[in-house]
Amino acid sequence: MKLKMQRPQTGLLAAMMIMLPLSVFADSVKIGFVTTLTTPASVIGEDMRNAVNLAVEHLGGKMAGKEIEVIFEDDGFKPEIGKQKTDKLVKKDDADFVAGFIWSHVLLASSKSVLDSGKFLISSNAGPSQLAGKGCHPNFFSTSWQNDQTPMAMGEVLNEQGIASVYIIAPNYAAGKNMVAGVERTFKGNVVGKDLTKWGKDRQLDFSAELAKAKASGADGLFIFYPGSAGGAFLKQYQQAGLKASLPLYTVFTVDSLSLPKLQAGNIEGVLGSKSTMFWAPDLDNAANKRFVADFKAKHGNYPSFYAAQSYDTIMLINSAVNATGGDLDDQDGLRAAMEKAEFDSIRGRYRYNKNHMPIQNFYLREVVTDAAGNWTTSIVSTVYENHQDSYAGECSL
Amino acid sequence: MTVNRPVDWHLLVSQLLNGLQLGLLLFLLASGLTLIFGIMNFINLSHGAFYMVGAFVCATVVQATGSLLTGIVLSLASLLVIGAAVEWLIARKLYQNDHLDHVLVTFGLILVFDTLAHIIWGPAGMVIPLPEILNGQVRVGSFVIPSYRLVIIGNGLMVGVALYILITRSRLGMLIRAGASDRDMVTALGVNIDRLYLVVFAIGAAMAGFAGLLIAPITEASIGMGNEIIIIAFVVVITGGIGSVQGAFYSALIIGILDTLGRSYLDDFLGLFLSNQAAETAAPALSAMMVYILMATILVFRPQGLFSPSGLRK
Repeated sequence: MKLKMQRPQTGLLAAMMIMLPLSVFADSVKIGFVTTLTTPASVIGEDMRNAVNLAVEHLGGKMAGKEIEVIFEDDGFKPEIGKQKTDKLVKKDDADFVAGFIWSHVLLASSKSVLDSGKFLISSNAGPSQLAGKGCHPNFFSTSWQNDQTPMAMGEVLNEQGIASVYIIAPNYAAGKNMVAGVERTFKGNVVGKDLTKWGKDRQLDFSAELAKAKASGADGLFIFYPGSAGGAFLKQYQQAGLKASLPLYTVFTVDSLSLPKLQAGNIEGVLGSKSTMFWAPDLDNAANKRFVADFKAKHGNYPSFYAAQSYDTIMLINSAVNATGGDLDDQDGLRAAMEKAEFDSIRGRYRYNKNHMPIQNFYLREVVTDAAGNWTTSIVSTVYENHQDSYAGECSL
Repeated sequence: MTVNRPVDWHLLVSQLLNGLQLGLLLFLLASGLTLIFGIMNFINLSHGAFYMVGAFVCATVVQATGSLLTGIVLSLASLLVIGAAVEWLIARKLYQNDHLDHVLVTFGLILVFDTLAHIIWGPAGMVIPLPEILNGQVRVGSFVIPSYRLVIIGNGLMVGVALYILITRSRLGMLIRAGASDRDMVTALGVNIDRLYLVVFAIGAAMAGFAGLLIAPITEASIGMGNEIIIIAFVVVITGGIGSVQGAFYSALIIGILDTLGRSYLDDFLGLFLSNQAAETAAPALSAMMVYILMATILVFRPQGLFSPSGLRK
């Protein structure tokens, strides 16, 4: 190529072009977001997508002056499809950040594709022990929690409430096992029985056998973990079995703003007053959360779920990093250092990152109540853990 | 978990009832499937879609009118129409084709029904609110049984008896039996086989819908709910003998009870030989497989299934 420099301006322009980092020409921040948009679990995916879109709207569609481009992909509730879609986001779309991931088994199947390519992976929900412990990675971050933490908080609640024995029912997959391990780690009483039920596309939704066993076990309390629509099914059958008085219910990730409206429509009053633990609740008192919950409700008519809250934070975390490097997406160390600081107004209030890039944060006890408008929602009762660290950080060599 | 505890009879009876309830639901699905398979030699994967539509229509009507009975009646009526329409417009043209074509077309139908359900009802699924009395429990002596489970058992048995009378005592039933064992001869005798097929298909669809609307108050009406259970329904059909309603009844009960008892006792049972940890891990996997192991075992000894209409030609 011959380039005659006829005018000094042309030379100046050429020099400027060489000096500027390449990324300035990439005029957008590309975020791949893997979630579930088909199957009944798409209720969760839709809620997350709504929250991501709200976050983008709150940012005025720009991070450090660059357009935000979010590419949503559907994992179909299957690890193999999640991995395919992740590969597509990494290779074809060349996304700068890959985020989302409801399911631990989908995240575990997909994480290698992202991390091997040198891109950032941000979990907006799943928190498998593998990625928090030995498999931790400098480019992996979470805006949710490690799977064990929420049930660990529940174990403490059970101790405080003087529950001497529990029966445990959970689905048989990576997160289900983490939840059981979590509650068993802190609960000091007796686990009198445990059932792990079939999970995945042909998951078990009739829990008659398990409920009969739980009742016969004579336990003081019932601990369950059933995310998505399976939770609604479980709670209905719990009510129909008439166990509310004899076998009080303690849940994690089961009673949320996705299941409650349907339970209310079905008149399943057994769920009112039931206790769950969580790092967040719609009524958590801070400015960022108030704005998020109010705008989400105004737009979609219902309370945001915790999935939505975490997804909103995912975008805000990315925004804080992109702003810190002045929009330079090639400055990996700068982006990472900025994300490690977590300097943004999270819907949970300020939190810190542990060395494995899992949040160090509070966990609260929540109870199902009726709000002023007559809708069922969860409300914070007390703080169970302050600045809680997950148990796997020690295994992380970062 | 303690292993050497005495057998808890209360628990055993509750689990048998739970197994009976699951078995009867499977029977409602499988009886239609086995008739369609046995008489028309037609593999209908979309049978699970009828199950889903039954649940959604009933949920919609109940939420709008507040009447469970209206929901059930309208749901069954709409499935008779849908079943007849699918037979008339689609299935009828395919009876002469081979099974692969049936599978392809009816799999396509599943996608059509699932997507339509997504468009009409959204992804969230719907609940069927129950009257207070059905959300409660019934006490019999020292037993406490969820009353809605008894409703399912009662309805399942009622449909079973009605079907038995229909098939053994009525003219239609005679034709169905004849059609299942020798299709060509029935046609040769001048029976309007088209109309017979239409009626059987519509009844089958309505029974699948009935199963769907019975289970929905326990779980919920959700997209793809039928695809989860249709596989087991096929296992029931094959184990019971293709085309045999009687076989479907017994094998559905055996499979329902086996599955429930597997889920309840397998971990204790495995605990006798394995460590608690290993038993805990192995039990869910093994109990999910038990139904298929049963099918394989039965087919080794009786390749035609437990009951088979005599002279059924493939």
